[in-house]
Formats: sequence, C-alpha cells, structure tokens
Amino acid sequence: MAHGFDAWALSLVVFTPIIGLALVLVLPRDDEGTIKLVTLVTTLVTFAFTVLVVVRFNYDKTDKLQFEVKKSWIDVIHSNYHIGVDGIALPMLALSSFITLLCVIYSWNHFPEPHNPKAFLALILLLEVGMNGTFVAQDLILFFIFFEIVLLPMYFMIGVWGGPNREYASIKFFLFTLFGSALMLLSFLAIYFKVDVPGVAGGHTFDIPLLVAAGKGGMTHGVQLLIFGGMFLGFAIKVPMFPFHTWLPDAHTEAPTVGSVLLAAILLKLGTYGFIRIAMPILPEAARSWAPWIGLLAVIGIIYGALGCLAQTDMKRLIAFSSIAHMGFVMLGIASMTTFGLNAAIFGMVAHGLITGMLFFVAGSVQHTFHTREMSRLGGLLQQAPHMGWILSFCAMASLGLPGLAGFWGEFPAILSAFNPLSTIHQTPLFRGYMVVAAVGTVLAAGYLLWMLQKVAFGAPKPEFADAHIHDVGVAEWIAWTPLLLGIVALGVYPNIVFRVTDGAVTSLTKVFGG
Amino acid sequence: MHLPSGFFLDHAWLIPLIPAVSFWLILGFGKRFGARAAYCGIAALSAVWVLAVGAVIQWIHRVNVADDGKGGTVSALGAFGRSLARAEEGKSAAVAPVIHATTWFQNAGVKLTVGTQIDGLAVMMLFVVATIALLVHIYSFEYMRGDRRFTHYYAALSLFSASMLFLVVASNTLQLLVGWELVGLCSFMLIGHWWEEKPNSDAALKAFLTTRTGDIGLLCGVIMTFFVVQRATGTGSFDILAVNNAALSGKVGHTLLLMCAVGLMFGIIGKSGQFPLHTWLPDAMAGPTPVSALIHAATMVVAGVYLGARVYPIFWQGFQIGNSHVNFMAVIGGITVIIGAGLAFVQDDIKKVLAYSTISQLGYMVMGLGVGAWTAAIFHLFTHAFFKANLFLGAGSVSHSGSHHSFDMKKDMGGLRKYMPQTFWTFVIGTGALAGIFPLAGFWSKDEILATAGHGNYKAFLIVGLVGAFMTAAYMTRCIYLTFFGEYRGGHSGEHAHGDVAHGVDDAHVHGVDDAHAVPGFGSHDDGHGAHEPHESPPLITVPLWILTFLSITAGWLQFEPGLHLTKFRDWFQPRVAFPLPGLFSANHVATIPDVKFSAGLATISVAIALAGVGLAYLFYWKRAYGQDAAAHNALLGAGKKFLVNKYYLDALYTDGVIAAVKGPIANAAYWVNQYVIDNVLRTTGRVATVVARFVYRYIDQRGVDGIYNGTAVVTGESGGLLRKLQNGRLQEYALFILIGVAAVALALAIRF
Amino acid sequence: MALNQFLLLAAFLFAVGAYGVITRRHTVLVLASVELMLTAVNLNLVAFGAFNNDPVGQVFALFVLTIAAAEVGVGLAIVLLIYRNLRSSDPDDVDVLKG
Repeated sequence: MAHGFDAWALSLVVFTPIIGLALVLVLPRDDEGTIKLVTLVTTLVTFAFTVLVVVRFNYDKTDKLQFEVKKSWIDVIHSNYHIGVDGIALPMLALSSFITLLCVIYSWNHFPEPHNPKAFLALILLLEVGMNGTFVAQDLILFFIFFEIVLLPMYFMIGVWGGPNREYASIKFFLFTLFGSALMLLSFLAIYFKVDVPGVAGGHTFDIPLLVAAGKGGMTHGVQLLIFGGMFLGFAIKVPMFPFHTWLPDAHTEAPTVGSVLLAAILLKLGTYGFIRIAMPILPEAARSWAPWIGLLAVIGIIYGALGCLAQTDMKRLIAFSSIAHMGFVMLGIASMTTFGLNAAIFGMVAHGLITGMLFFVAGSVQHTFHTREMSRLGGLLQQAPHMGWILSFCAMASLGLPGLAGFWGEFPAILSAFNPLSTIHQTPLFRGYMVVAAVGTVLAAGYLLWMLQKVAFGAPKPEFADAHIHDVGVAEWIAWTPLLLGIVALGVYPNIVFRVTDGAVTSLTKVFGG
Repeated sequence: MHLPSGFFLDHAWLIPLIPAVSFWLILGFGKRFGARAAYCGIAALSAVWVLAVGAVIQWIHRVNVADDGKGGTVSALGAFGRSLARAEEGKSAAVAPVIHATTWFQNAGVKLTVGTQIDGLAVMMLFVVATIALLVHIYSFEYMRGDRRFTHYYAALSLFSASMLFLVVASNTLQLLVGWELVGLCSFMLIGHWWEEKPNSDAALKAFLTTRTGDIGLLCGVIMTFFVVQRATGTGSFDILAVNNAALSGKVGHTLLLMCAVGLMFGIIGKSGQFPLHTWLPDAMAGPTPVSALIHAATMVVAGVYLGARVYPIFWQGFQIGNSHVNFMAVIGGITVIIGAGLAFVQDDIKKVLAYSTISQLGYMVMGLGVGAWTAAIFHLFTHAFFKANLFLGAGSVSHSGSHHSFDMKKDMGGLRKYMPQTFWTFVIGTGALAGIFPLAGFWSKDEILATAGHGNYKAFLIVGLVGAFMTAAYMTRCIYLTFFGEYRGGHSGEHAHGDVAHGVDDAHVHGVDDAHAVPGFGSHDDGHGAHEPHESPPLITVPLWILTFLSITAGWLQFEPGLHLTKFRDWFQPRVAFPLPGLFSANHVATIPDVKFSAGLATISVAIALAGVGLAYLFYWKRAYGQDAAAHNALLGAGKKFLVNKYYLDALYTDGVIAAVKGPIANAAYWVNQYVIDNVLRTTGRVATVVARFVYRYIDQRGVDGIYNGTAVVTGESGGLLRKLQNGRLQEYALFILIGVAAVALALAIRF
Repeated sequence: MALNQFLLLAAFLFAVGAYGVITRRHTVLVLASVELMLTAVNLNLVAFGAFNNDPVGQVFALFVLTIAAAEVGVGLAIVLLIYRNLRSSDPDDVDVLKG
C-alpha cells in the first residue's frame, strides 16, 4: 500500500474533475469565459497529477500495482474501493487525461450547436471521471460503475450536439453499450458467486487481483466459457468488433468533433482494456478456447473495416470505419495471448488514440471550414489550407502504419504475434492464416487512406470553394494538435517509451495464461 | 586478432541522422530559408559523403589488416601484391562487421535493438547512395529552380536520403523494413510532387500501393526472420547476423526458410520493379527527373536487391540456390530482364525508355542473386547506379535545356548532339556502360553475372542474359538516335510543350511565375524557353553529369581481372562472416558459391553481342532516317547505293526478322499484356474491391448486420406500441386487470393444491 | 360459530368492494368501496386471530385501521384536488397517466 501523496495520487487523478464539475455547475451559464477557464484549469491539474504519477511510477516493477489504495466500500457484497496502476494501466491513464486536456483546449472556440459551453464542458469533465476511473479500478463493481459513468455524458454529447441524425445515433450507441454492459454485469456477478477465493471473508470477492490469483476457483470449463461469453459481448461491443460494430460509424458521424475524438481515442479502449485487465486474466482457460474466434472476428474486422472505408463518401465516416480495422489489429494481438500480442495491443491502443483522435480533429476542422465532409465536394486542401492539408497527410501516413510513426508499432508486433500464438491455444496454423490476412489489411489501409488523401488534399479546389476564404489551422488548434503530432513521431521513433512500461506487466500477465 | 575499427565505422549512426536533421530544419524554417533550403540539403549530403567515404576507407583498412594478419604475403607492391597473394590462396580472413546497437523496444524482457551494421556491403551502398544523392541535390538546384514547392522538394530529398541511409546501415531486418517503408513514402511524395494534376497523384498512389502489395510478403518475411532465429537459438531476433547464422545453422526447417524467402521475395518484386509488379516504375516517371535518377534508378529500387543480398542465406537455403537448376528468384529476374528490355523499344518518352531499362537491369541483379552470383549482382548494383543516374540526369538535361521540358523523343527532340555536346557525350558513355561495352563499368558487372550463371547449373539464364544484353544495346542506340541525331524537331513546337499533358505539367510548374508559393530569393528566372534555341545546360547540371560519367567508366575497374588480376570489389565488399560464399563459411557443410574466374571467351561473346545490337539498331534507324522521304524511294536509293545488297540483306534480316519481331509482336504483345492484362488485373482488382465494398456496405452491413439490430428495435417498438394501448390511464380498468391477475393466481394456486 | 361463516362474509364484502371500485362513476364512492375491501381483510385477520388464539391478527387489524384512516384522509384530499382541477369526479376523466 502506498503512503503520503502516493496514497492520494490516483484518487486525485480520478476525482479532481468532479470538483471542476461542481464549480462549473454553480457558475452562471452566461459566464462562458470563467467556465472555460475553470474547465481548462481542472483538466490541467488532473493532467499534472497524472504526470506526477508517471514520474513517480517505479519502472522496475511495472508488473506490481502501484499507488495502490484499498478501502472497504460496500461491505455487504465485499466490494472495495481498490485502485492502482501497473504497466498496463499507466499508458491508458496517461492517454486519457492527456486527450481530455487537448479536447478542452480545442473546444476553446469550437463549440458545436446548440452552443451551451457550460453543459458541454461539464459533460467532458464527467466523462473524464469515468474514463480515468475505469483505468485505475481494481474491483469489478468499481470498474463497472466507472465503465457506466462514461455512457451518459457521451449519450448527451451525441444526442444534443450531434448532426442531423443524432437521435438515432445516440440511442443506438446507448442501447448497444447498455446491452453489453448488462451481460457484463451478469458475468461479474457470476464470477463473484462461482469463484471460490481462499482467505477472503465470505469466500467471494470482486477484487480483480485476488480473482486473478484464485485461478478458475472450482468452475467447470462450460461455466467459464459462458461467463467469458458474457464479458466478451460487453467488451466486444465497446471495442467494437465485427459484427457488433454498427453503432460506431453512426455515433462517429453524428457526434461533435470533441465527442468523436474522445470516443475514438479513449472510449473504444475501455473495451480492449477490459479484455486485458479482466476477461483474460480471470478466465484464462476460457480465453484460450475463445481466442481463435476472437482472432477470426479481429481479422474479419480488419478486412471488413477496410472495405467499409473504401465505400465511403463521407470523410468522418471513413475514419470511423478505419477505427474498426485498427481495433481489429489490437484484438488480433490480444487474441494471440502472447507478450508480443499484448504489448502490441496496448501500444496499438495508445497509437490509435493519438492518430485517430488527430484524424477526427482534422475532419472536424474541415467540416468547420467547409461545412461539408463529402469527399467529392472537397479537394485541394493542400492549396487552400496547406497546414491542415499537411497534417491530414501526416495523420493518414501514421494511420496506414508507416514505420517511424506510432501506428506501425501497434500493427507490426500484432501481426508478428499471430505467427506464434500461445501454444496452448493449439491453433497455430489458423493464426498464421490470420497473419497473412492482417498483412493484406495493411495494403487496404494504405488504399483507402491515400484515396481519401487524394480526394481531399490533392488536386485543385472545387469551384464551389475556389473563391472561399479558408481559414488554416488556428491558434487553439495548434496548441491542441502539436502535442499529438509530436507524440505520434516520438512513439514511432522510440517505441520503447511505451513498451518499457507495458512489457514487465504483460510478461507477468502471460504467465497466468499458461503456456 | 584485433581488427581496427575507427571513427567512421563506429559512428555510422550519424550518416542517416544528418539528412534527417536537415529535413526537420527545412520543414521548420522552409519559408524563411527559401532557396537556401537547397544549401541546407547540399551541406547535409556533403557531410554524409565525407562520412561515407571515411567509412569506406576505414573498412578497407580493416579488411586489409585482417587479410595480412592471416599470413598473406605482403609484398612491396602493396595492394596489387596482396591481391595476387590472395588470389593464389583463394581464402579470405573472416572480418566481423562493425555493429553498434541500442535498445529500440523490448518484449518479454528481451531487448530488440536498433543500430548500425557496417560491413563491406553497407559501406559500398553508403558510397553509392551518398555520392548520387549529393550529385542529385546539386543538380536539382538548377533543375528545380523556381519551382513552387522548391523547399518541399528539398525537404523530401533530405528525408529520402535519411531513410535510404537508415536502410543501408540497418543492423536488423525490422530496421530494414522501417527504412524500406520510409523510402516508399518519400517516393510517393516526390512522384506526386506536382499533385495538382490528377495523373501525377495517380502515379504516386499507384507506386505506393503496388510496392505496398509486395510488402505483404515482406512483412510476413521479416516476421519469419525473427522466428528463424528463434528456431535456431531459442531467442528470437531480427539481427541480420543472427538471421544469417540461423539460416545456415541447419537447425531451421526448410519449410520455414522457404516461406520466409518467398515472403521476402514478394517484397523485392514490389520494390525492385520485378515482373509482375513492375508496372508502377514507368508511371513513377511523373516525378521530377532528378528524383527519377536518385530514387527510381540508383537507390530506392535497388533496396530490394540490397535486402536480397543482406539476408542472402535465407534465399540460399530457402530456394536451395546451391543445388538447383532453376528457382523462383532466378526465374523472376530472368523474365524481368526480357520484358523490361522488350518494352523499352516501343517508348517515345525518353524517361520511360530508361525506366524500362532500369526494370531490365534490376532483373539482371535479381537473376544474379538467384543463380548464386552474389558478388556479381551487387557489383552490377554498384556500376548500374552510376551509369543509370548518369543517363537519367542526361535526359533531365535534355528536357531542361533542349526540348522545352518535354520528354517526348519523337516530337520534341532530335539533332540535339550539335546543341548540347556535353550532354550528348555523357549520355553516349552512359549508354556504352549500360550496353556492356568494354571497358566501361557495365561490362565488368554484367559479365560477372553471366559468367557465374554459365558456370553453375543455371546455363539457361546465361542465354537469357545474353539476349537481354543484345536488346539493351539495341534500344539504347535507338534512344540515342531519336534524341541526338537527325533533325531537331522541337523548334516549331513552343506551344506544343505546354499542350503536352504528361509533361507540359513539368514546364508549367517549374516556371509558374504567378504562383503564390513561388520561392523567394530566386528573382525572376525566365530564360524564355519557348523562344530560344536548344542550348547546353549550365555547369550545375553538366558537372554532376561528368562526375557520373567518370564513374560510369571506372567503377568496373575494381574487378579488372584480365591482366591486372584486380578483385578489389570482391575482397572489400563481399561479406566475410556467415555467408555461403567461396571459402568463407563451410562449418555446416553448406554448399558454397562457386568462385568464378573471369572468362575472356564469354566476355568477348557478350561484347560482340552488345556491339551487334548497337550495329543493327544503328543501321536500322539511320536507314529509316533516309527512308522518311517515301517508301518508293527505297528501291531507287537502294539501287543507286554502293552497299545496296548488303543493306537490303540487313533490312530483310533485321526489319523483318529481329527488330520487326522484337519491336513488333513481341514487344507489343508484352506491352499489351503489361497494359491490358497486368495493369488491368490491378485496376480490375481495385474496381472489384470497390464494388464488393459497396455491396458489402449497402446490403450486408447497412441492411444485414445493421438490419438485425434495427429489426430488434422495431419489434420491440411495435410490441411496445400494442401494449401501450392497454395503458389508457383509467384507474378502474387497471384495478380490473389487477383483480383478474389476482384471480388467475388464486385459481392457479387452487388447482395446484 | 365456524370460521367459514366469517370468511364467507368477508369474501362477500370484498367482492362488493371490488365491484364498487371497478364500476362506480364517482370517485368518493370508489374510495368507499376500497374501505369496504379493507374491512373484509380486517374481518379475516380478526377471525383467523381469534380461531388460532394468536393476538397478531388483532394487532394487524388495528394497524390496517390506522392506515386506512390515513389513506382516506389522503384519498379525499386527492379527490378534492382532482375535482377542483377537472370539475369532475368521474375517475374515467382522470386519464393523464395514459401511455
């Protein structure tokens, strides 16, 4: 257990936004300047706490939970307020508070209609509580609650500030996720009642590390498979994996820019993180049986997402479909259940967060400037707004997995891991097939991204916008984007920034999977 | 024994770093730099050149010390004497490469590294890349003067140099892959340099996507190299040395090695323009000409060959090159030699002739690797880089100062020999080197490939090589004729150059005076090309040409075997560790490459064949030059001329026989296949993919998968609507329902008990 | 007396009350019918308590009486408010809870 500042660090990271939220709520609605300032300061302070955590983190023991706090919470069901970070959670936590901060900066002068910054920023702060909390929670009930807190702000963000079809999209998003959550909760309860944990009052617990240590705890294989199935649905919908992905393009297309960024950069990762943190370590046996199917859905997602992209005319929808393909790589890495695969998955999550977040920012600014995202109407962005055009080109290159930029390090080790998956899955030839399919996916990725680039950035501006006065990247955008762009380059050039953190934790995790 | 290393070998990481810094500088201060961006790039490349030459010198020193230490007699003759002694021994000392590496990322506690592996192959390649990149940087200063994106151009060139050098010094296959993709990116940026026009961006996309298709194999192949090492040693690694050792250790199953080799071979096919993925390379000529010289002739496209040479043991074992008569690699190379050369006959665009020629020459290199001629293939890479860059820059010079920025030989060139003597002579020497005329560079390297093919089990490929040599000589003669001889055809076509869709573009941009992005610091550069006679290019263009010409003549002399017994290229640059090369590695009884000596007979034959190609083409085209008057004149002229019979005889033989066949059906068929079959396959695949994608999206995704969810929602909604009618807000009806419910429960209980 | 007689009376009272609740067109009468049903229940409680010698029955009956009083108070207040707002005491007019 941690002492002093360390004991409070994570709680501060998670709950500082609540304080900001309370302040924002009491401020009058017209006082936009103060509201923005309070939100900015709150997210800055939260980020500062995260940086402190990152600095004080012991990188020699990434497999141990650090900054751990375990206080009795709901005694009746033996649920504890148990939080902590290890090498797997730390990058995600950092990503989460980092992206939120940038979103608030970007929002400075980009409030979607209906304006109302008070409500919008309050929702972002609430969202941050849920996201940060999910990544530090070490108790199933706590995890579930944070996981669900995220749902509501995003629902309102899409439903109130979204595009023309926002009601359909927001309800779809809400119902899909809720459906998955229900099954997930069922699985959590089943774990609580079915797993015998020695040395715990009542013999049952929601504590994740204890459950992992307890192994299968007397469950038959069939029960494990079912429980894993419930969690699989809950997490796979969030990821989203084929065929549970259909909410994503709609939600992304309709959501306001900041909503899309948060959705793509963080919310999707809650699903993959759930697989790594909960589903696989607690039920390794079931995970091994499920792994070939998860791998199959992952590679279908890679190809399918790419095909979906090729058929799009809307820029934002294309990026949304590309998310499905990218998360396919992450899931392929997870399905391999190897150190390479899991390291790649976490790297892929961070990289996708930076890159796709950035792509959505650009798409948002394109819409802000041209009032359309139809690629057939756009063109010559490099001429009219050269900075934005170059940033778009850069992100497209990063997204198609160009080595030297972050995206590559999520894809390549994931594909590599499929060559030699965990031997006890007993499906090595099948996974080698997945490897080739995934490699084909990288070409399709290059195809749709360059095709988009050609339509939007190259060529001459269309007559419709030829004489329009086009704003290039503004100050708020530069401030919000520069860190992302630098991050993409830094992670691409020196990937050990992330791998060094995750490797120890992942290596000890794979020992649980059994070789 | 302690081998000397030295600053340049130990600090090779500086070499890719310097142009990378230059790239960021130009990117960051591009606007303020203006024309000075070029100075930044040129300064960086000069530094790189110094470092590269330093590395070459120190490497040679290292090799010499090793060989001396092994007991070779050091005679007073110095280098010559040593090589004589060595030739008698037939053995070389093992010289370990200089490797420096640092952690790149880690997995399961194992550190995977990034670093530099400097050995003979690497220093040779460093010299080639640094030299040509430097010359192209200088040349471009004049060639791209006034371009609207002058600074971007230099930024991309710097990035390219950095990536290519990174690839060259790579100490592991993963690093090779990274460099490989980055040079692909730069190629994309530079082919699409004038992206305002659709054909250019189309060509850029085509290049990127086609090479990326090959990269599917490369990706899988690189992954498999990791597991090759894992099979052999227990711990996976991408390190080139470890991969080579593992492949030769005999502990790795043949299937894995074969799959790995096939995978890597696909990468080579994509990047090095091999059949059937060569179609992107001619299109890539849409980029500026210096780029074509640097990227699409001398350096990037040979990355595939470099990869093949780098992890040669994988291919050696995978394809069993040592004891087979035919293999995938050699066949692909062989086919490429012929189809590339055949296609070069029917091009009117001078750059496309050179592009197809490059394809053909790359075919030689790959074929060389495939038949076990490692040294010869790499030697050809070395010499080809110089004379092909020479030819491309020559073509650029022609278009810059002679043909109003057109590349069409038939419309805008002809007779330029008188106007541009320097370009003419450098071009002719380059052509001689390409055709393999003694004693120019190409002769030595091409001959060595043919000699090795003829020596081993690969006699069929010797024939392919000779046929290719003949065709090369013939089409290059045609090219020279059309460009430099006959009447100048460009004088009347001032506006024509602007109307030319493919390359008028070039003109429009280079001199886009009213352009918003025009580079400050140049002043107004307007030599009024439309009005002027063709003239010789300025020194910034001709000096690089002469330097390359010098290298095109002398580069081959490193292996001047007849009489001088020079085998310097082999001694210095052939790998000495973990390679199935003659006398170097036989610990595991791996079959080794035959040590082939220079064969005077074969050399004579190949030169004779090349000269025959030149001669036949010469006669054919000069004859056709007369024949332009009228076909009827042919008989009159023929009757009146001294060598009438001979001429007719040759005409009949050549026109109806060789050239008609080659130039007509064969080339046209090949071109047809190229344009309509292979290209169509790509295009159709693209189209089908789009159609499939639309179908999947519309019917399966939007209606099928999504339909299920929407259907569920509708069913829930409808049933809710029905139930909603029951809820009419009337309290008494509710009470009735309750009563009915209670009664039903009571009834059920009553029946039960 | 037999327990059955009490139970039959209670059942009759309950049925009358239920009929009234469902059919009456006046809210006050509906309330009165509810009281009738409660009385039936009380009767049952007292009867069972007496026959089983268990005081719990009487205790519950007392509780129900108290609560019934409160219920009538609140119920009448609601009826008054409904009448004031809708100018009607017909329960069918009060259908604002319609789905």
